[in-house]
Formats: sequence, structure tokens, C-alpha cells
Amino acid sequence: MPAPFNVLWIQSGGCGGCTMSMLCAEAPDLSTTLESASIRLLWHPTLSEETGAEALALFAQVLAGEIRLDALCVEGAMLRGPNNTGRFHILAGTGVPTIEWVRRLAAVAENVVAVGTCAAYGGVTAAGANPTDACGLQYDGRREGGALGAAYRSRSGMPVINVAGCPTHPNWVTETLMLLAAGLMEADDLDVYRRPRFYADHLVHHGCPRNEYYEYKASAEKMSDLGCMMEHLGCLGTQAHADCNTRLWNGEGSCTRGGYACINCTAPEFEEPGHAFVETPKIAGIPVGLPTDMPKAWFVALSSLAKAATPERLRLNATSDHLVVPPAVRDIKRR
Amino acid sequence: MSENVSPEGTTRLVVGPFNRVEGDLEVRLEAAQGRVEAAFVSSPLFRGFERILEGRDPRDALVIAPRICGICSVSQSHAAALALAGVQGLVPTDNGRVATNLIVATENVADHLTHFHVFFMPDFARAFYADRPWFARAEDRFKAAQGRAVRKALETRATLLHVLGLLAGRWPHTLAIQPGGVTRGADARDKMRLQATLGAVRRALEDDLFGTKLERIAELASRDELDAWRANGPDGDFRLFLEIAADLELDRLGRAYDRYLSYGAYPGLDAPLYARGIFTGEGLGSVDVTAIAEDHTNARMEGRNRPHHPFDGSTRPDAEDETGYSWCKAPRLGGLPFETGAVARQIVDGQPLVHDIVRRGGGSVLARVVARLVETARTVIAMEGWVRALQPGEPWCAQGAMPEYGRAAGLTEAARGALGHWLRVENGRIAGYQIIAPTTWNFSPRDAAGVPGPLEAALVGAPIRQGETTPVAVQHIVRSFDPCMVCTVH
Repeated sequence: MPAPFNVLWIQSGGCGGCTMSMLCAEAPDLSTTLESASIRLLWHPTLSEETGAEALALFAQVLAGEIRLDALCVEGAMLRGPNNTGRFHILAGTGVPTIEWVRRLAAVAENVVAVGTCAAYGGVTAAGANPTDACGLQYDGRREGGALGAAYRSRSGMPVINVAGCPTHPNWVTETLMLLAAGLMEADDLDVYRRPRFYADHLVHHGCPRNEYYEYKASAEKMSDLGCMMEHLGCLGTQAHADCNTRLWNGEGSCTRGGYACINCTAPEFEEPGHAFVETPKIAGIPVGLPTDMPKAWFVALSSLAKAATPERLRLNATSDHLVVPPAVRDIKRR
Repeated sequence: MSENVSPEGTTRLVVGPFNRVEGDLEVRLEAAQGRVEAAFVSSPLFRGFERILEGRDPRDALVIAPRICGICSVSQSHAAALALAGVQGLVPTDNGRVATNLIVATENVADHLTHFHVFFMPDFARAFYADRPWFARAEDRFKAAQGRAVRKALETRATLLHVLGLLAGRWPHTLAIQPGGVTRGADARDKMRLQATLGAVRRALEDDLFGTKLERIAELASRDELDAWRANGPDGDFRLFLEIAADLELDRLGRAYDRYLSYGAYPGLDAPLYARGIFTGEGLGSVDVTAIAEDHTNARMEGRNRPHHPFDGSTRPDAEDETGYSWCKAPRLGGLPFETGAVARQIVDGQPLVHDIVRRGGGSVLARVVARLVETARTVIAMEGWVRALQPGEPWCAQGAMPEYGRAAGLTEAARGALGHWLRVENGRIAGYQIIAPTTWNFSPRDAAGVPGPLEAALVGAPIRQGETTPVAVQHIVRSFDPCMVCTVH
């Protein structure tokens, strides 16, 4: 039996949704998945027996070095306010701001994992006027810094690993922990925003069932339409880094499969797109956000060509909430 | 946690971090002669969602509001959609209404399952109870994170949430619920898939939790029937709970004001599945939404001069404040604290068992847990009917325009009870957005008159054994409410 990989989980300025999502792990379920990699949850706010004094005793043992902390998982943004006191979240029963607890525990952690976009970059908790002066563990929006500072490295030498997503897919989190436990995740395995590349090197566009509508610019015009949602309804799937449409959620789901726009929730500052989430901003009729790696001139040329060539079937289905024209069945013997 | 003893023999305890609740919670207790004499409930986390929403395009509420809470995400989404629909004067299509009911019910049932198996029952598997006759079974079934029932329930929950993978893209944080209905239609094959998923959930509940058909649970009508069930009912975790509850007298623990509020759940063509109303010592009554007001006296919030109706409410944290003991405001209906949740929904709806339990012994820990389980059975049965009612080919989402000015309330029921969003639109932007969540009601601090919130009242009299720093009876009472602390303050 290898030594267990000890994980301590702290929640602060977030919604707990990444944990709720993680509990949806299936085939196998969460506890079987973690056991398969000898991952032990020392304490988790949702799952553990220990409350109050018992939990704090455990934190003390970790800080004293009596229990090895292989990974500190933090869910939720770090709240610096009001006036840099951290009082918007005092960890219950301790009188100490949670941001301070995180700094203390990060100092003894082999690895630190930011679970969710709030913990990674600030996320929705930092939206608008950012009333709590929220930030991520090592980012403040797109800028490095945050609660632990740009120079922070955990004992393993790694920066904070940002498992961004709002929420995270259950397996983004479990697979990150499994890779760490196996010693298979290094700095090169993280992308420019320090997201694990195993899911961030994909685009939400990959595997989107609306791809044929995208190809012909057959666009949805209103909520519940079947067409591509990039042109009018704010979809950022061609730019969003995640494997949602190949990995799938809760069985067979994804945002675009659910009929609504990808809002790029794995990205820093996704919470402030500068326009309504479900509306595509345009200049001279051209969407402002172009597909990843696509030159503008080519996009414009291809779009106008594609629009001219849109099959009637796609044109009609794109603005309907159910299939009105099925694809023709061709006799393959008669070419 | 900390503890000190005053010269008068009053013990003061601070309990936290309080886990197996959603979010962070601190409870301050004053105790003497082994009983809680006073409790002060604090929500230690403030994020300011109401302020984050101000100034945005109203439609953004459907992205921002669900992210208040990862466990009540769909309910927050539903309340936002209802408020937007109110401003737009929009009524969902029939399909949109039924699919929304399915989506909201899926989350509520999933939350009830999570509460019973993951949050509440593991406390009976603590070594503290090692001398009880039921302990070995409780430990086998409900040991935190490890018990057989805990693990099985998480698998059932994951299966159940496939309903949302199909109808809502994912859970939590979906944009599928819109003011006019839903973004994704279902075809005949989708209906078969939903039927299969709900069939798997029904089977798991009948095999493990109830040991019998859901219909038998839904029809339970009296406390006597419940006692008979405990003595010779079918084997299952429900019966084990009844045995534990009888041994520990959970029917005498955690009574608050027996005053209940429900906004009514799952709209139908004529009436909702669970009725809207209040239930007090005077019996059933209607909800006067205009009589709802929030008191900031003990919240660390500005605006303490008088209680505010949510259309006139504000959320301005007072960083200098030293007297407030929570970020939670104190909502009152007609000046009184109300309890909300499954007991409220079921008693207002006239479910006879829940009514009988409350009539005979008050709204105890037992009442709250039984109401949730009865509601689970009733709701899954209703969901099967809604799947049959979906009409492929008929419209899923009505469309409307957003006016420049308007205001409306979106009132729905989350798993934990009455959830309201009060939206004001001015110049086409969100000018005001006030939220009162279920646990805001249940875990409210004291108001200007010094009247404690429901949990604060329910904790008075709770026993504390010698040397207990995190009293287990207090934990049972707190968790019996299934608190959601991230919703409470938002």
C-alpha cells in the first residue's frame, strides 16, 4: 500500500458548487475514484464527520507538520475586504479570516489546488463592484498576484494549479488530484492561466452538436432555437478552453447541448464580458469575439460564403425548437 | 471553538466551523445546568451578490443569481426567471412550465437525498453513540463519507442528476430556465430516457431508503401509523431513523415557533403541486407578501433605522459595526419570524402525517426529517407524471422583450424552503435586487425587539453532556433545518 495522498479542503467566497459537482462523479463514484489513487480526504466541509473543535484539532496537526498535507484544495474566492481585514469571511469558530488560514496552510502544503474559477481568479464573487475585494489564490482576474502572491510556490515547487470552471466538472478535479498523487503533473502540464492542459487544451466547440449550424452560419435567434448560438446569443464555445462537449456533464449534457450559450466559465474575468451574457456584441454585423486562431478576414470571407451556401434544412431548423426538416437519406448506390 | 465559564455558572461555547451544512456557520451558545439557555447564530461569510447584480442587464441575473449557491442553483435560477417574467409580463409555455418543474424538482429531491444521507445521519454514527442498540447499524449505513447508505445515495443522486444533464445541460449552474420556459426541448426518446432515470431513482429509494413503494410513504397519515412503521414496518433506512428518533426522543428536540411559510411549489395549470400559504397556531392562512420586511438590527448592515420591504431594501455592509453578530438580515412576515422548508410545504399543503406530528408534538427534528422524506416520495411520483406530460413538437419557450422600467418578485420553493427575489429595473438595467433565501428565514438573527430567529429559538433547551465542546444535540437540531449558508447571506 502506498502512503495515502492527503487532501485538506477549505471553502471560502464561493457557492460550494464545485463540491456539489464533484459529488456527481460516476462510473466510478467519488469515493471509489479517490480510493483507486490512495487519495484520502483528511477533512472536507461536506463529507467529514469532524465539526468544530475536532476539525480545528486536525488543522493544528497539519500546521505542526504532524500530518503531511499533499494537497490543499481551496474552493471559493479569497476575500480581502473590508479594508484588507478579511472580515467578510472569518472561519467560523476561529476568529481568524479564512484568507489567513489559507495562507498558513499553503505554507505547509506540497501542492495547492484552486478548485473552480472563484478560487483560481476571483470569478463571479469578484464581479461588478467586487464588494468584498475578492481575488483568486494566485491571480486577481487575469493578473498574477492574488491572495498568495505571484512568487508563491508550494513545497513541490509548483505554482497554484487552477482547476478553473464555474462549476468544475467532477473529473477535472479528481483527475488533477490523481495525476498529482501519481507524480504525473508538472508545470509544463499547465496552460498559460495554469489550468491543467488535459482539459484546457480543448475548446468547448469540439464536439458541439451544433457544429453543422456553425459551419453554415445557420444561427439561433432566440432562446430554445436549435441553431449555432455564436452569432446572436453570446456563445463563446469557439474560444472557451474546456472539453465540455467531448467529456459531457451529468450523463449526456453540456451547456450548448442544454440549449444555451457557453459563457467561457473557465477563463479569468469571464464574469465581466462587457455585454449581456446571452447577446453577441458585433461591429458592422461581425461578432467581436472571433473563433480561436482564426484571422478576421478569413472569418468574414468564410461566413459570407457559408451563409450563401446554407442548406434550406439548416436554415429552417436553426430557428426552430425542434427538428422540422430531417437530413435527406441518399441512395448511396446512385452517386 | 472556544469555551469559558462565568462566575454565575453559565458556560459559553462557540461552535464552528460547522460542517455538513452548505457553507460556513458559527453558533454561540450560553448554557447552564447542561442545557442551552440562549443561542446566537452567525453567518460568517458575506459576498454581496445583491450589489454585484446592480447595474447589469436584467438578463444577466440568470447567470449571476444561480451562482449564489451550488446546491440551490436551480432554485435561484427559477426565482430569477420568475422575477424577469414578472417584469416582462411573460407566461411560460405549458412545456416550459412542466420542464421547469422537472428541473426544479430534480434539484430538490437530490438535495433531500444529500441532506439525509450525507449531512444529517452521519451524526448518529459517531462514537458518542457507541452504547446505543442501533449503533452498529447506523455506523454500517451512515459513517461519514464511508457508510454503505452514504455511498449508495451519492450514486443515486448522480443518476438522478442525469435529468438535468438532459433537460438543462448540466448541474449546477444552468441557463436552461428562462422567463418564458426552457432552452431545450425534449423529444419522445428523451422522455423514455427520463423515464428510465427516474425508474432507477424510484428503485433505489424503494430498495434502500423506504423498503416499500413510494406511494405507501406518500400516503402516511398519522403519528400512530409512523409508530407502527417503526415497530413492524419494512426494513430500510427510514425505519432505522425512526428507531433512532424514538430512542433519542428527536420528537422533543429542536422545536421553534411552529409558524410556517411556503410560497407554494411546482406551478400547475390551476394550482401548484404544493399549496402556497402560512400555517400558525391559528391554522392556515394566506401569504401577505407586502408584509415581508428585513430588520438589520443585529446584521452588520447599514439601514438599521426600520425594517425594509425587499423592494426598498439595501445591502450595505458596515465594516465598523461591532454590535451585529451576523451578515444575515432578519426577515419577518407581519413582524414575526417564520420557519420554512419541507415541514412548511407539507403542512400548508395539508399532508396529514406532517400535520399530525406538528399538532401533537410541535415542529421538531423528527418533523423536519420525516417531512423531507415524505416529500421526496411525493415529488418523485409527481416527476414521473411530468415526464409523461411533456409534449414534443409543442413550444418550449415563450419570447418577450425587456421593458426599460418595471419591478416584480420571483417566489419559489428551494429544497430548504421559501426563496424570493425582488427585482427593480430602471433605464433597462437592474436598479435593485434583493434576495431572501430559506435559511435567511430559518437562521435569522434577533430583530429589533430581541426576538430570536427560528434556529435560535429551536436550540434553547438542547442538552449538553459534561465536557462536550461541540454538543451533538445542537448538531442534530442545526442540521435538521438543512441549512444553506451560502444562500443565507449571498
